[in-house]
Amino acid sequence: MKLSQASIGQDLPQLDIDITARLIVSGAIASQDFEDVHHDKAAANAKGTPDIFMNILTTNGLVGRYLSDWAGPDSIIKRIKLKLGVPNFPGDTMVLTGTVTAIENQTVEISFKGKNGLGNHVVGTAFIEPKVELND
Amino acid sequence: MSESHKELDLLRQKFVGQRVGPYYAWNKVSRTQVWQWCAAMGETNPNYLQKSDAVAPPTMLQSWTFRDVHGNYAPDSTDKNTYEVLGELDSLGYVGSVAVSYDQSYHRYLKEGDHVHSFSTIKDISDLKSTGLGEGCFVTEFAEYFDHDDQLCGDATITYLKYKPQQSSKTNRSETAPLKKVGRISPVENHDSKHFWQGLRDGKLLIQECSECQTKRHPPQPMCETCQSLEWQTIESNCFGTIYSYTAIHYPEIPPFDYPNVIVLVDLDEGVRIAAQLEGTQPEKIEIGDRVQAHIKEVQDGLALPIFKVTAK
Repeated sequence: MKLSQASIGQDLPQLDIDITARLIVSGAIASQDFEDVHHDKAAANAKGTPDIFMNILTTNGLVGRYLSDWAGPDSIIKRIKLKLGVPNFPGDTMVLTGTVTAIENQTVEISFKGKNGLGNHVVGTAFIEPKVELND
Repeated sequence: MSESHKELDLLRQKFVGQRVGPYYAWNKVSRTQVWQWCAAMGETNPNYLQKSDAVAPPTMLQSWTFRDVHGNYAPDSTDKNTYEVLGELDSLGYVGSVAVSYDQSYHRYLKEGDHVHSFSTIKDISDLKSTGLGEGCFVTEFAEYFDHDDQLCGDATITYLKYKPQQSSKTNRSETAPLKKVGRISPVENHDSKHFWQGLRDGKLLIQECSECQTKRHPPQPMCETCQSLEWQTIESNCFGTIYSYTAIHYPEIPPFDYPNVIVLVDLDEGVRIAAQLEGTQPEKIEIGDRVQAHIKEVQDGLALPIFKVTAK
């Protein structure tokens, strides 16, 4: 993405992510998070949730993918601020949406949201800089 | 001061403000770990996946200095456990643990071969709160990540909720129930209103008309307010109208609606006023007097509603 192409109010294309046990477990392992609620359904039940659920680092990774898919591989994610709401359980779908909310100097601010069948799983703000190429 | 307040105060005195570390990464940043992450996340950024000199997704930051699967820190790490406070909360009965917020700044992307270490400070332990998961408190950690040259490459503020799981009947039911998406509340359909909801299911927006004096009315009611007749029939609306007023709901966001959720009062061309949702136009672009058209949409099993769109300013 070129910074000149971004405009305030611009929507990022929607990304639908099927929440599967495979995604939750592979994301937990890839992020080195071995808390039992992310791979062991019985343990998750004992802690009051109906199933295993996605860990925050996987949510973070999916948000990072969503941002870089739109902004381009060479853009630089400077900051991600997010709040988690309802969990991502297997069998659900999380719909990621985002809007450009500010452009200041070299930084594009994006407000994003991941919504599943229970409500908002994640709501947050990200700050991205496009990579400045030598020949720009 | 209650017992639980005292317990939390003791934990605060013991843990808050201490910067502990270093915690070393078990391994240098490697293409293998980056590849495993990208495969799990569906990440296709070529900079993360190139054969040499791969950079790591910045969102992996926290994972580099995590403990291994057995809960052990890498050699040369401090033997102080930054998560000891979580263990003490476990022993007080707050055994549930979920991360609730995350604020990370990435100062530089890590590259293959970088060897990371981190320091961690417990910033805050909140008072007891009632939450949807149960009673508990929020623990806020600030973590700093350095490379092998001691350059700060990122930091993160992470808040966890430690809670006492509720052993309610609701929880027990949900253990076996499949995931149930939150739907709209179904309207009450009775003798006086069933024709309206059935009409929508049949793809028609029906308006009542008095059989005696031909006055049209909405919402459905048993008696004509002009001539008090109980005799009525329906006519089918052509679904066109004009915005009389509107409101936009921004917060709180309740499933299954999309936000901002715009509700319009529309004067239908047939002469009655109806409240319904409007899609496809941001609230700041809507003006009273805009022409609108309704499409009948099945929003969930057994429930169809007229949804308006602006057709002309």
